[in-house]
Amino acid sequence: MTDNKLLEVEHLTMRFGGLVAIDNLSFTANKREITAIIGPNGAGKTTVFNCLTGFYVPTEGRLTLHAKDGPRLLERAEGFRISRNNGVARTFQNIRLFTGMTVLENLIVAQHNRLMDASLFSLAGLFNLKRYASAEKEALERAKFWLNKTGLYEFADWNAGNLPYGNQRRLEIARAMCVEPSLLCLDEPAAGLNPRESAELNLLLQSIRDEQGIGLLLIEHDMSVVMQISDHVIVLDYGKKIADGNPDAVKNDPAVIRAYLGEEEDDELPPEVASDLHLDPKAQ
Amino acid sequence: MDWAYFLQQLINGLTLGAIYGLIAIGYTMVYGIIGMINFAHGEIYMLGAFHSLITFLICQAAGISGILPLTLLLMLVVSMVMTSVYGWGVERIAYRPLRGSFRLAALISAIGMSIFLQNFVQIAQGARVKAMQPFIKGGITLMESPNFNVQLSYMQIIIIVLTFVLMVVFSTLIAKTSLGRAQRACEQDRTMAGLLGINVDRTISTTFVMGAALASVAGMMVTLYYGVIDFYIGFLAGVKAFTAAVLGGIGSLPGAMLGGLLIGLIESFWSGYLTIEYKDVATFGILVLVLIFRPWGLLGKPEVEKV
Amino acid sequence: MSSLLTSARVTPAEIAKELAFFAVIAFMMSIMILGVETVDRPTGLELALRWDLVILAIASTLVGRLGLIVRREHMSRLLQAVLIVVSAVMVFEMFVRFRDMDDRWAAPVTFDMAFQSVTSVIVFVAMIAVVFAIAYFSASTKRVVTEEEKAQSISSRLQVAYRTNTKKIGFVGILFFFIFPLLFGENRSAIDLATLVMIYIMLGWGLNIVVGLAGLLDLGYVAFYAVGAYSYALLSQHFGLSFWLCLPMAGIFSASFGIILGFPVLRLRGDYLAIVTLGFGEIIRVVLINWYNLTGGPDGIASIERPSFFGLAEFSRRVPEGVTSFSDLFGIDYSSMHRLIFLYYLILILALVTNFVTMRLRKLPIGRAWEALREDEIACRSLGINPTNTKLSAFAIGAMFGGFAGAFFATRQGFISPESFTFLESAVILAIVVMGGMGSQIGVVLAAIVMIGFPEMFRELAEYRMLIFGAGMVAIMLWRPRGLLSFRDPTILLNMSKKEKVAGENS
Repeated sequence: MTDNKLLEVEHLTMRFGGLVAIDNLSFTANKREITAIIGPNGAGKTTVFNCLTGFYVPTEGRLTLHAKDGPRLLERAEGFRISRNNGVARTFQNIRLFTGMTVLENLIVAQHNRLMDASLFSLAGLFNLKRYASAEKEALERAKFWLNKTGLYEFADWNAGNLPYGNQRRLEIARAMCVEPSLLCLDEPAAGLNPRESAELNLLLQSIRDEQGIGLLLIEHDMSVVMQISDHVIVLDYGKKIADGNPDAVKNDPAVIRAYLGEEEDDELPPEVASDLHLDPKAQ
Repeated sequence: MDWAYFLQQLINGLTLGAIYGLIAIGYTMVYGIIGMINFAHGEIYMLGAFHSLITFLICQAAGISGILPLTLLLMLVVSMVMTSVYGWGVERIAYRPLRGSFRLAALISAIGMSIFLQNFVQIAQGARVKAMQPFIKGGITLMESPNFNVQLSYMQIIIIVLTFVLMVVFSTLIAKTSLGRAQRACEQDRTMAGLLGINVDRTISTTFVMGAALASVAGMMVTLYYGVIDFYIGFLAGVKAFTAAVLGGIGSLPGAMLGGLLIGLIESFWSGYLTIEYKDVATFGILVLVLIFRPWGLLGKPEVEKV
Repeated sequence: MSSLLTSARVTPAEIAKELAFFAVIAFMMSIMILGVETVDRPTGLELALRWDLVILAIASTLVGRLGLIVRREHMSRLLQAVLIVVSAVMVFEMFVRFRDMDDRWAAPVTFDMAFQSVTSVIVFVAMIAVVFAIAYFSASTKRVVTEEEKAQSISSRLQVAYRTNTKKIGFVGILFFFIFPLLFGENRSAIDLATLVMIYIMLGWGLNIVVGLAGLLDLGYVAFYAVGAYSYALLSQHFGLSFWLCLPMAGIFSASFGIILGFPVLRLRGDYLAIVTLGFGEIIRVVLINWYNLTGGPDGIASIERPSFFGLAEFSRRVPEGVTSFSDLFGIDYSSMHRLIFLYYLILILALVTNFVTMRLRKLPIGRAWEALREDEIACRSLGINPTNTKLSAFAIGAMFGGFAGAFFATRQGFISPESFTFLESAVILAIVVMGGMGSQIGVVLAAIVMIGFPEMFRELAEYRMLIFGAGMVAIMLWRPRGLLSFRDPTILLNMSKKEKVAGENS
C-alpha cells in the first residue's frame, strides 16, 4: 500500500507566538481517496491547509507529497511554488474568485503557468505564434471540460461575482482543478449550500476522485457530506489528532463524541472565548 | 567629535521633528479611521501657517503685537479654529461623498483638493514668499565652546513645550473621552459602530477637525520659527509627515510623534554632517527601508494575513 | 416663493438653519484668506482688506446651498438651476476680482470683463447656458427611480452603445488623429497642443498597465518618464547617439529602473506602495537637481538633438554638407511645420504601439494574471501565479513606455530640466488613468483631452488654470467615482456575443 500514499504529514507543529495551533500532527492521505479533516471550530484545520498550501511555513515537521515524479517536500516550498511545482491546489473557506472577471477567464487564469511557458514570456503570444495558439486552445478545452463537469457551461460568460453562491463554490473547485493538481484541498466546500446543492457537490467530488485519480483533502462541518463521501476521516481538537480511521469507526469514537458534544460539565466554549475568560483550554 | 555641534543639531532636529510629528498625527488619525491617505493634509498645514501669519499682521496693525503672550494666544486660537473649518470642509466636500466607494477615487479627489487649495492660496495671497520679521528673539546659550555656541532659542522652547502639551491633551482626549472611544470604535469597524448608535459621520468629521487643528499649530510654529512661508510649503512637509506616520506605525498616535521626531533628527543630522542637498533623499530612503523591513512601523502592530 | 421652498421633508425653518450653518462656515473659511491680503511693501508685509470677496463667498455659498437643497428635495428643476447659475456667476465674479486687488495684475477687471467685447459676451453666455443645462437636466423631479427607468435612461443607453462599438469608436478616433495635421496643418499651436495631449495619452496608457490592469498604485510614474528623457539627452550629448538608437535604449533603461525599484517594494499593500513610489519619484528629482556634473542640476540639459527623418534626412533649414534635408528629400519647399508634424506622427505611432501592445497583452496569460492579481492576490498564489514576477512585469512594461515617452519629450522640447518631472506630473497622469476609468483605453484618451487639452486652451486664464484643474479633479471623481468609462471588457467569450454580455450587465 505504500505506493498509494499521496501525502505524508509527519510531526507537523505550527506555533503563533505562544499559541500552539497544531501540535505534533501526523497523518497520511492516499491517492484516489477523499480524506476529511474534521473537528470543532478553532481546532486548527485551516492552519493545516495553510501549511500544506504554502501560506504558512510550519514551525516543525515534514510534509511529503508523493508526486508522479518522486517525493516533494512541501515545507520547503513557499507560496505560489507549492501550486506551481508540486501540484497542490486549494479552495478557500470564504470563496476567493476573481469576481470582476468572467467564469471562463477564472478557469483560464488557473492555467497561467502552462500558458505562460507556451507564450515564451508573452513574446510568442504577442505575435500569436502557433505554439501559443495551440496551447491556448488546449486551455480553452480544459476549461470547457470543467465547465461541463460543474454544470457552469451556460454561465461561462457571466462575471464570477454575479453567480449564485452555490455556483461560486463549484467554480472555485473547477478553477482549482484547472491547475491539474495531484492533491486538491477543499476548505469547507459545502458551507452555505442547500441540501440539493450539497448532494450535487458529493457527486462532483466523488467523480473527481474516481475519474481524475487524485487525492482530495477536505475540511468540512457538514457531517452528511463527510460521512457519505470520505474514505478516511481525521479528527482534530485543539491542534491534536484525536481520531483517525474510516468514517464509521470515527463516528463511534468516544474521544470524538467528547470533543464535539463535550462532557457534562463542559460548557463547550470555543478556545477564543475560553481564553477571554482566562480559562486554560487544556485544563478542562 | 564636536559635542557642541552635535548638541545643536539635536536641538534643531527635535524642533523640526516636533513640527513633523504634529502634522503626522493628522495623517495617522485619518488613515486609522477611514483608511485613506489624506493628501490635502499638507495644504491644511499650509493654511494654518497663513492664518497665523495674517492674525499676526492684524495684531500688529491693531498695535497689540507688543503684548507677546496675547498675540501668541490669538495666533494659536484663530489659526486652529479657522483651519479646523477647512479640515471639516475638505472632508465634507471631497471625501464624504466618496466614502465606501472606489478606493482610488478618494485618493484622486484628495490630490485634486490639494492642488485646488494650493492654487487657491496662491491666487488669494500671491505667489511670493511671505517673510515676517522675527517675532520671538533670543534664547539661552547652553554651552560655549571655542568655535561654537550651542543655542536653545526661546522659539525652540515654545515649540517643544507646546507640542508636548498638545500631545498630552490629545492623547488624553482619545484615551479617556467618549469621543475618543467612538473614534477607536470606528477604526475597528465602522458599520458596527454605526449600528451601536455612534454617529460615524460626526466622528470622522471630528477626526479631520482634530488633525487640522494640530496641523495648524505646526503651521504657526513654522511661521514663527523660520519666518518665511509660501503657498507651496504644504507638499513637502505633508509627504515627510506622512513618512513620519508610516515610520511610527500608521494608526498609532505616539508612533506619529516618534516618527516625526526621528525624521526631524535624521534631517537635521544629515544636513549637519553630510550633504544638505540630499536630506530629502535620506527621508525617503528611510521610508523605503522601513516599509520593506517593517511595514507596520515602529510602534504599529503587524497585520496578519487572513486566508 | 414659500410654497416653492416647502417640501414634505423639510420646513423653511430647517432650511434657514442649514443655510445659517453654511453661512458661518463660509465666513470662517473666507474671512482671513480672502478678506485680508498680505501685501509686500518695502517696510515689510502689510494688510489690505477685501470685504467684497468675503461677501461674495458667503453669498455664493448661500445661493448654491439653497440650490442644492431644492435639488435634494426634488422641488423645482428650474429654481435649482437658476440658483446654481447665480451661485456660479458669483464665484466667477469673486475670482475675477482677485485680479483687481493685487498690483501684479495691472489691468483692473471684474464682472464687466464679460461684456467688453462680443466674443466675451458669447463665451460668458455660453458658459452660463452650459451650467444651467447641466443643473437643469441632471436634476430629477421624482423621488424614486426604478431599475427599469435607469436602464431606459440616456446614460445607460449610451453605455450600451459605447461598449458594443468600442472597436468602431477606436477606429474613428485613430483616423481622426491621423488626419488631424491635414485639418490643422498650418496651425502651429493646434499641432503643438495635439502633440502634448498625445504624450499624456501615451503616458496614461503606460500607467494604465500598472494601475488599471495590475492594480498597483504608482504615484511616482514620472520617475520613469524622467529616466527616459535624461537617458536620451545624456546618450545623445555624450556619445552622439542618434534618437533612433536611443529610443529603445531609453525604454530599456526605464524598464530596468522599474525592476530595480519595484523588486523590494512590490509586496507592499496598496497605499504603502503609493507612498513609496512617490518617494522614489522625489528621490529621482532631487538627484537630478543635485548631481550637477551629470545632469546639469536645476539648469537642465539644453540643445538636445532633434530627431532626423528616420536617419535619412534632417529637418533644419540649413543642413551641413553631405546631409539631406527633409524638403530636398521630397522636393518640397522648406517649412518649419514639417518637423512639428513629423513629431506629431512620431508620438501618435508610439502611443498607438503602446495601445496595441497593451490590448494584446490583456488577452495573454500575463495580462490575465495582472487582472487576476488586482482582483485577489491570495487566490493567485494558490493557483501558482508568482505575484512578484507578475507585478514586476507590469511595473517594467509600464516603465518602458514611460521611458519611450520621456525620450520623445526630450527630443521634442530640446531642453529638459528637473522641473518637468515633479510630483504634479505623476498626479496628472494618475488622474488621467483613474478619471478615464481604470483599464479603459478610450477613457484615457478622453481624460487626457479633458485634463490637458482644455486647460491648455484656456491659457489666458493662467493662474486660474491649476485651480480649476484641481476643482475639476474633485468634481469628476464625485460625479463618476469609477471614472468616465469604467467598464471591463472580457478578454474571451464562449457563448455570448459582446452585445449580449453588455446588455446582460446593464439590465
